[in-house]
Amino acid sequence: MKKDSLKGWFKSGAPGVWMSGGAVAMAVIMTVGLLAVIAVRGLGHFWPADLVQATYKVPGQAQQTVIGEVVQQEEVPRARLKGAGLPVPDQGPEFMTRELIKVGNRDLNGSDFTWVVGEWLVDEKRPSELMALERREWGNFYGYLVSVKEEGRVVAQGPAAWGELQARLQRANTLNRQLQALEKKDIGAINHGLERLRLQARKLELEGKLDAAAQADMDADRAELNSRYKAVEERLTGLHQAFARDSLVARDGNGREVEINLSKVVHAIQPNAMSGFTKLGTYFGKVWEFLSDDPREANTEGGIFPAIFGTVMMTLIMAVIVTPFGVLAAVYLREYARQGPVTRLIRIAVNNLAGVPAIVYGVFGLGFFVYVLGGSIDRLFFPEALPAPTLGTPGLLWASLTLALLAVPVVIVATEEGLARIPRTVREGSLALGATKAETLWKIVLPMASPAMMTGMILAVARAAGEVAPLMLVGVVKLAPSLPVDGNYPYLHLDQKIMHLGFHIYDVGFQSPNVEAARPLVYATALLLVLVIASLNLSAVWIRNHLREKYKALDS
Amino acid sequence: MQHDNHAHGIDMSALGRDKQSLRLAEETVAIEVPGLSLFYGDKQALFDVSLNIPKQRVTAFIGPSGCGKSTLLRTFNRMNDLVDGCRVEGAINLYGNNIYRKGEDVAELRRRVGMVFQKPNPFPKTIYENVVYGLRIQGINKKRVLDEAVEWALKGAALWDEVKDRLHDSALGLSGGQQQRLVIARTIAVEPEVLLLDEPCSALDPISTLKVEELIYELKAKYTIVIVTHNMQQAARVSDYTAFMYMGKLVEFGDTDTLFTNPAKKQTEDYITGRYG
Repeated sequence: MKKDSLKGWFKSGAPGVWMSGGAVAMAVIMTVGLLAVIAVRGLGHFWPADLVQATYKVPGQAQQTVIGEVVQQEEVPRARLKGAGLPVPDQGPEFMTRELIKVGNRDLNGSDFTWVVGEWLVDEKRPSELMALERREWGNFYGYLVSVKEEGRVVAQGPAAWGELQARLQRANTLNRQLQALEKKDIGAINHGLERLRLQARKLELEGKLDAAAQADMDADRAELNSRYKAVEERLTGLHQAFARDSLVARDGNGREVEINLSKVVHAIQPNAMSGFTKLGTYFGKVWEFLSDDPREANTEGGIFPAIFGTVMMTLIMAVIVTPFGVLAAVYLREYARQGPVTRLIRIAVNNLAGVPAIVYGVFGLGFFVYVLGGSIDRLFFPEALPAPTLGTPGLLWASLTLALLAVPVVIVATEEGLARIPRTVREGSLALGATKAETLWKIVLPMASPAMMTGMILAVARAAGEVAPLMLVGVVKLAPSLPVDGNYPYLHLDQKIMHLGFHIYDVGFQSPNVEAARPLVYATALLLVLVIASLNLSAVWIRNHLREKYKALDS
Repeated sequence: MQHDNHAHGIDMSALGRDKQSLRLAEETVAIEVPGLSLFYGDKQALFDVSLNIPKQRVTAFIGPSGCGKSTLLRTFNRMNDLVDGCRVEGAINLYGNNIYRKGEDVAELRRRVGMVFQKPNPFPKTIYENVVYGLRIQGINKKRVLDEAVEWALKGAALWDEVKDRLHDSALGLSGGQQQRLVIARTIAVEPEVLLLDEPCSALDPISTLKVEELIYELKAKYTIVIVTHNMQQAARVSDYTAFMYMGKLVEFGDTDTLFTNPAKKQTEDYITGRYG
């Protein structure tokens, strides 16, 4: 009887429903869990945590004061601490706490982070005057503000110093923005002009057309640029002096006083004195900085804007290359090629191409695109720059092209499916009105298949935007000096190397000299990469749905 | 012409059509088929079919499924060219010119010989753009010309009054019957000489069918119409001449009245009285 009911239960299909439902639940849990972990770990990093001041008494050693943020706490077996050479007493509970504290002051302490034994930390307090400085070099500084100086003269001291510091910091940051603009835009443009002149001269020389008149022309241009440079340089020197005018004196937990120039300080906050609301403001300010700034300190601080820009730019160029290419290939395969063993072979090859490991594409991209193709282009079109390569070196164009190659099978397959789905009756309707095959294709079939092409593009973007391995070979670098788009002709610099979020994660996570500082950034960057790819995909999905609505299928 | 109508399944007098005394031999020939065979790969689908389609008359092809009537219809605008492995032996003369000769402009032929399909197949465009599609293909883009053509063709297809206020709405929003009339409008907009209708009412409800049939009746004043139909009543209602086909062969071809009331062949009689099919 029981056996029968069990059999009936199996027959009813309930176990199948349970298993499939369970599989869906697992998938959802894994996805949500993934996003939650990287979101919490990544976004938590920007919260202005409270600063703790405590006395650290290691038995048998002189006590010292520790100031910093508690980053992590863990329970460790007593024996392990003892094994690590710490003077742990033999008696006591089996587990002890160990805390990771971000103490900053790398210029004084040698490292940003320190592990301490929780039981030896005594006399913990959170004084509201404790100050956290975010600096352009040497990482954060934690301590007390003593005074603010202008050209070496003390202008404010004691409680008044904080307000004075904020005002002067604001001035310094404004000057910094002006300096950045001047260095990047004005000087960049002048250098660009000088470089073009040099190449022009070299080109004329190679062609044997460098006569006195041309030489004089170029000399005049060069003199003009040089005089512009002089002017900019003067302004720059002035700004630099103004920028470095102020400084502050601060004292760390152990009473050491340091003087820090305001040109080296990004922010100064007193987190213990801040309300939750101000903290929130600071938090969003820091998140925005992360999104919009250039990286500092070997990518462990500052923002990652160049990486976001590089990723989006590369993916867009990839999509622009891959879509027409894949669509044309699919149209030929489906509409024009005689269906037979050859087309079948081509389809198998295309489908298998999608399964080739990405790094293989990177090797191919480097060997063929960069060296062969880029090298030939350099010899043909940019001989004046040789031996310095123009396109014969890894860069944005080759990275996009390599990814396009990697993603083209996806577009071909999706487009072919879309073409196959167009009802024959509609094609016949067009042909019966006297349209040729090409006209039918262009006016009826392709517009109707456009949602499928978009699907292909979405899949291509999804595949390509997340690739890292091939990019390391064909144009992505740890730190690119400038964005591939700027105000200098030809505005889009396809030959430039770029930064990429995926590679940034690898670089920060594995190549960083400051592991503890880099870890939250890995999560934050990973979250951002997911968001960038999701938004690229969502915009493509939006366009596709729009097209679908327009060309919704007939009946079927 | 005294026949016992009731013995033959269809009461011609009850169909409400005018009695005509038509004689095939006296008609002007629009399409001449002097012995046509057609193969799909190794399989022969048409066996030496010979007939003359008269000008400005409605000619119906009837016969059981798979008898080759649609295949024959599709040879008139060379729609069969699209089928892989399709091969035609013989000729079809459209006003004396063989449309299967080498170098024939198939697109131009299809403009002259329009076709309406079994299932309404409007393009996913506006009603207006559907009607002017063929004209745009010919390079006509003047708005005034197109506007006139749209009004004229939609009136010709008895659809104008229903859609004149929403010409720029999607054609996919029309009902099945309206869609089929739109397709007819689209076809007559390019002013073809011959209109091929491949079971134009098989996907339509009775009221839409009636409308399309009335339309066919009106259109024959200007066009030579060839219609394939499964529905013998329909063939009897709308056509002047009827061809009965069976197994890829033309069994009998004559004026509709005679074919339905006094068929010459036993096979024809069996089919129209419903003994098989």
